[in-house]
Amino acid sequence: MDCKETQNLIDPYGDGELDLVKNLEIDRHLEQCAPCSESYKNHQALRHGLKADSLYYRPSTALRSRIQSSLRKAAKVEASPRAVFRRWTGIAVSMAVAALVVLALLPVLRGSSAEDRLTSEVLSGHLRSLMANHLADISSSDQHTVKPWFAGKLDFSPPVEDFAQQGFPLIGGRLDYLENRPVAALVYERRKHLINLFVWPASETDVPTKAVSRLGYNLIHWTQSRMTYWAASDLDKNELQEFVQLVQNRTSPRP
Amino acid sequence: MKEREKQARFEQTILPHLDAAYNLARWLTRNQHDAEDVAQEACLRAFKFFDNFRGGDSRVWLLTILRNTCYTWLQQNRPREAISSFDEKIHTPDSDASNPATLALQSANDQMLRQSLEELSTEFREIVVLRDLEGLSYKEIGDIAGIPLGTVMSRLARARERLKQLLVDRVKEEP
Repeated sequence: MDCKETQNLIDPYGDGELDLVKNLEIDRHLEQCAPCSESYKNHQALRHGLKADSLYYRPSTALRSRIQSSLRKAAKVEASPRAVFRRWTGIAVSMAVAALVVLALLPVLRGSSAEDRLTSEVLSGHLRSLMANHLADISSSDQHTVKPWFAGKLDFSPPVEDFAQQGFPLIGGRLDYLENRPVAALVYERRKHLINLFVWPASETDVPTKAVSRLGYNLIHWTQSRMTYWAASDLDKNELQEFVQLVQNRTSPRP
Repeated sequence: MKEREKQARFEQTILPHLDAAYNLARWLTRNQHDAEDVAQEACLRAFKFFDNFRGGDSRVWLLTILRNTCYTWLQQNRPREAISSFDEKIHTPDSDASNPATLALQSANDQMLRQSLEELSTEFREIVVLRDLEGLSYKEIGDIAGIPLGTVMSRLARARERLKQLLVDRVKEEP
């Protein structure tokens, strides 16, 4: 181990993050190298200084009780009979509707063109997600939580953006299966309406948006920067278009 | 009542980490009042999403939510601080190992440490707080900040390097 390598590893060494072999090599190097050993001492001095209790801020008791009482309030709201009723009727209605639509869809599934078939596939993907109450595998409104979750599950990295400020908060992500391949499904919410945004790599170049409406659901699809996008929702067409616009602006290459 | 149970469970598993959450919020906002608001909001958000908590490390879970809440807050209130500064330069002529800083570092007091730490960029400050004040492992830090281990390692090294410089400068300025 030379000085350069030791210097590079001095932080993880001091933090106990190295494996045994590397650790021993650095031990040995520090024994014989005065400059490196000096810089390790610096490192330790800094870490020791930062352990001072006065640098660690503790919450006041006032904050603690403020938080506890706001939790109590939040729990009460969630437990109120109206909220429970609303939650359950919401789920029941969406399941019933989805079941009906899947039945109605069966003949359509034998549809003709490739695009027709894909439309059906996307729509049933959307409906399945509502039906099985399996909306998201990862529930988070944070794009930096959702995006890494897909790593290792897909062979591509879907663009993930939250549009909460524009009224379309991201609520999670999920794996789905379309066109014989796993795809990313991002879930957004607009008021009580849900939007599934399916994304997977495209072989062709950019294709402009195309809107399809089927069985009361709206679907918009396009291809951009070598990714195919399908947005599906029971939102009205204009609002879904607004959402699509946001996605397109955000995912186009930035300067 | 189910919600009561949820609240009791939340208070048992998550709230013990309020200290850690508040400390991080306090360092990221550098202000008591804002830190209290952010910590409270993060706790409420955590409570709302508590059903999604699948066990595992509850401190990491709460800190992840706190951090997200905090960055959203910074973006809305102090957009300049929320911008990441990956290329924050270390302006030592060359950070050769034979620097004479040991004595200086050892004579730095808490006040100097606090000021220097506050002077770091948000990103650097955050990683030093998570590692050296909170004592989290690189893996845990990576989970909270959503960055790979290699990035944790290099960012931490650069942050400490910068912190050392600020400290040494401060010690030298003292009469």
